[in-house]
Amino acid sequence: MSHDGALHFDLALDLPQLSIQAAATLPPRGVTALFGPSGAGKTTLLRLIAGLESGGRGQIRLGDTTWQDTHTTRRLPTHRRELAYVFQEASLFAHLTVRDNLAFGLKRARSTAHTIRFDDAVAWLGVGHLLDRAPSHLSGGERQRVAIARALLAQPRLLLMDEPLSAVDADGRDAILDTLEQLPERLGIPIIYVSHSIEEIARLADHLLLLSAGRILAAGPTNEILTRCDLPLAHGAHAGAVLQARIVAHTPDEHLSRLAFDGGQLLISTLDRPVDSTVRLRIAARDIAIALSEPADSSVINHLQAIIVDLADDPNPAHCLVRLQVGEAVLLARITQHSRRRLALQPGMAVWALVKGVAVR
Amino acid sequence: MNALLSPADIDAIWLTLKLAFTVTVLLLILGTPLAWWLAHSRARWRGAINALVALPLILPPTVLGFYLLVAMGPNGPLGRLTAEVGLGALPFTFAGLVIGSLIYSLPFVVQPIRDAFIAIGPRPLEVAATLGARPIDAFFSVILPLARPGFLTATVLGFAHTVGEFGVVLMIGGNIPNETRVVAIQIYDHVEALEYTQAHWLAGGLLAFSFIVLLALHTLNDRQAKR
Repeated sequence: MSHDGALHFDLALDLPQLSIQAAATLPPRGVTALFGPSGAGKTTLLRLIAGLESGGRGQIRLGDTTWQDTHTTRRLPTHRRELAYVFQEASLFAHLTVRDNLAFGLKRARSTAHTIRFDDAVAWLGVGHLLDRAPSHLSGGERQRVAIARALLAQPRLLLMDEPLSAVDADGRDAILDTLEQLPERLGIPIIYVSHSIEEIARLADHLLLLSAGRILAAGPTNEILTRCDLPLAHGAHAGAVLQARIVAHTPDEHLSRLAFDGGQLLISTLDRPVDSTVRLRIAARDIAIALSEPADSSVINHLQAIIVDLADDPNPAHCLVRLQVGEAVLLARITQHSRRRLALQPGMAVWALVKGVAVR
Repeated sequence: MNALLSPADIDAIWLTLKLAFTVTVLLLILGTPLAWWLAHSRARWRGAINALVALPLILPPTVLGFYLLVAMGPNGPLGRLTAEVGLGALPFTFAGLVIGSLIYSLPFVVQPIRDAFIAIGPRPLEVAATLGARPIDAFFSVILPLARPGFLTATVLGFAHTVGEFGVVLMIGGNIPNETRVVAIQIYDHVEALEYTQAHWLAGGLLAFSFIVLLALHTLNDRQAKR
């Protein structure tokens, strides 16, 4: 169902308080998270791509369609770009029922293929029981669900989402995240997801675009960017790695599940999912300890053989960061400077990573 | 005892309704783009245009009427224009009255619509564009329905205000039956002739009309707000 539509942009915009200068090519499918502190220009960049911001210079291309090119003065207006946009706050049309809001985009869909059907979008987002209601009678979470369904029904080739969960309470957010996790596979189009929540990114993003003061600081696969010691993400309290893993077996007598990932196997408390299903793991940097030999008398059950790739200072002078290669996977550990000296850790050394905690999403 | 309203009274009522209807329709058509521009333009002289639109609110009607009379006169810019295109003189004609009322009632139509556009803000238009709606489509399918209370207020105020106009009519329209003699003038005539009973019927009618119009407006807007 997918067109091969990688998004390429090279954009510049000068505003009084911010100047944007950003170029990137996004993978043709999957979620690319646009991450950065507030004021970094995330929303402005998204609006430039959508054509909602006036005054931007440069190029935007989706697949082989040029949306904007300052050199040829080509600039498609927003309504002719095959995109959909989910705004930060509820943006449903107040004078239409939920059903008519959904139909608004469907009726004006720029692609006649209609690959996403009304009933599918309604079922995916779970809004079937809301169809005859007015937007004013919906909760914040319900409104965003409808807004997302409406965006899908416009049959976009690019989906832009600007912190869609920021106005949703914690319970609603979790439920919508579950839904969003399913979207990339169903849609087969690129999705740009603006967020400043590490948790949302760890759950959703395949790729990461790090924005700072209008410039792209780094771009790449999520885990690579999350674990790079020279980037601010590795320094935060929530620093850690995100891994894809497959459930290999359950051991009911011990209430454990065995998972396989690129770097080996992990044992964690029983997961309520069938064998062979794929899960996303988060391993926090503070949950990894390092030993020079495999400890035989430790309570930690997950011991992984690793090579030190990189060592870097943490903003906290007591700590340092260790980037570890474990098979094909990369993990991040935060240990004390004291231990680093005592164990004489150096890049290239073979060590054991002791994993004390794994979070599953 | 003859009828409560004389044939001349009935004529004045019909003429008034015709004038108010014509002016309201024209103002809605001309005032909407102007209101849109006032709501969205960032031009430097937007403030001046806003003030100009609001001027009839505070200007004594006789002052407005005087300048209109001069402008429409044979030597005025408007008068020369109408003479050139073969329309003849405007003062003391129904057409002249329409032009005068357009200016006189302009703020009552433009301001509620402008305020409704401002209250809606840019977001619904952006949403519509991202869903594939052309600007003109978005205006009719999103902006107009969202601005409905503003249009309702504009229609009612524009109509009622034109019905009640006196000073401007007196200056540029005079008192010609079936051409410029509207209800307000007719009441004045009755009072001048000491026909207080006749004046009562017409004045009371206008009072009731105004009250009913405002009551209906509030009821409709309340119902809209509750939806």
